[in-house]
Amino acid sequence: MIDKRMTADEAVADVTDGMTIGFGGWGSRRKPMAFVRALVRKGVQDLTVVSYGGPDVGILCATGQANKVIYGFVSLDSIPLEPHFRKARQNGTIEAVELDEGMFLLGLRAATQRLPFLPTRAGLGSDVLKINPHLKKVKSPYDDGEELVAVPALELDVAFVHMNRADASGNGQALGRDPYFDNLFCMSARQAYMSCEELVSTAELTRGGPLQSLLINRMMVRGVVEAPGGAHFTECPPNYPRDEKFQRKYAATAKDDDAWKAFRASYLDVTEAEYQKSVAS
Amino acid sequence: MSVREATRADICALAIAECFRNDGEILVSAMGTTPSLGARLAKATFEPNLLMTDGYNLLLRRALPLGATPTDDDIEGWMPFGSVFDTLWWGRRHVMMGASQIDQLGNQNIACIGPWQHPKAQLLGVRGAPGNTINHTTSYWVPNHDARVFVPSVDMVSGVGYDRAASLDDSSSRFHEIRRVVTNLGVFDFNTPDHRMRLVSVHPGVEVDRVLASTGFELVVPDRLDTTPVPTPDQLSALRELDPQGRAQKEVAA
Repeated sequence: MIDKRMTADEAVADVTDGMTIGFGGWGSRRKPMAFVRALVRKGVQDLTVVSYGGPDVGILCATGQANKVIYGFVSLDSIPLEPHFRKARQNGTIEAVELDEGMFLLGLRAATQRLPFLPTRAGLGSDVLKINPHLKKVKSPYDDGEELVAVPALELDVAFVHMNRADASGNGQALGRDPYFDNLFCMSARQAYMSCEELVSTAELTRGGPLQSLLINRMMVRGVVEAPGGAHFTECPPNYPRDEKFQRKYAATAKDDDAWKAFRASYLDVTEAEYQKSVAS
Repeated sequence: MSVREATRADICALAIAECFRNDGEILVSAMGTTPSLGARLAKATFEPNLLMTDGYNLLLRRALPLGATPTDDDIEGWMPFGSVFDTLWWGRRHVMMGASQIDQLGNQNIACIGPWQHPKAQLLGVRGAPGNTINHTTSYWVPNHDARVFVPSVDMVSGVGYDRAASLDDSSSRFHEIRRVVTNLGVFDFNTPDHRMRLVSVHPGVEVDRVLASTGFELVVPDRLDTTPVPTPDQLSALRELDPQGRAQKEVAA
């Protein structure tokens, strides 16, 4: 079978300025942080970031690489609002597209089904329609004639996801209790890349968990990166919980430019191996 | 904490529990400490058929104490986020959310303070509030009732109120219901001819004038005003078991 193994730096090689990038995971849970760090090293600019956002969004706001964010929320879970995202919103340094969480899911589903939109009641009557003048309504063609919101497809140039385990050809396994929507992110993108805690043989992959845990199949991804600790500092159960201490340290840098510069120098302007070594100590 | 006289927090938790009375076999999502406690009290006592999660993705068959880690024996099902969305669109759900601002007709804001385009303060964002309020029953919890929360008009409508729902087709608004608002001062609903917020009961020891002075719009005050029920001894011991560390006591100001 095809061998899709590569490094995170190779995976981000084709990401260019102005692209629309999606990240799997949810808040500060199983985020593809090794890819986020690779994008920071690459320095690609003017990104549109699409995410159930966590530190993926916050970091790319803080580095100035995100100029637009499309989100259902941006949270660190134990810290309800992502502080770097808050700062970017209050300083007006990003363009924001704020959607109801369910609308966001329908946007991904529309993209995976290659539909222009999917209809929903979510958003009707709320100011989500006012702040997003691009959102249009659609009338049911049936006898009910109900008016609904038409959530446009969230089409991505590139998607990044992180799994617990994967094989070399791109089958991926999520062993935590919530798969989130990583498969939809991959299918909404022209190309998708998966990192994993552990790269195993296909036989070992199917032996190592229930079949329902095989969330990603190899059609969905172009590259596979073995990245132990690749979701750090977000949680990646059963491999590891969130590194709350490190997350608090990261969050505090939103209020102190010097602390952010030091954080960036120590943890972002370094290789992934150096990062993993320094957070392990 | 040993059983003693009911505190304001206990009264609030019972008032929250009462929001879920007769809800039956639906998913309750209660955001925050006192709502979690109140929902658990409902399930542990008069509304045992409610479905509740551990706050993540496990459906638990019994109401556990706040902060307790479920064992395998406590699990009755699985509710990952994908299933939460399916359930809320299905409508078999009652959510209790917080409100940074709420107005007379039940419009709620958790998104930002100031204009959304240039927020003075970015708050949580709309999260699931637009979809929740248009698809199923919603209640609100406000631990610090004051005129900065109870405002004439909210800065950004996140959760849909009655005037916004009325502006839609009947078919679009048919699932909209703001059942109740519980605060540290009293209980409120929208059971008035024009769905303006009504004071249902004040908590023991709270003067109506204080409620009116803490509300930035005109409340409907019925001629006959009740006092919010105080937990019975049985309910009080259930509350102590469900919140052994007294987390709700810390959240509610008297």
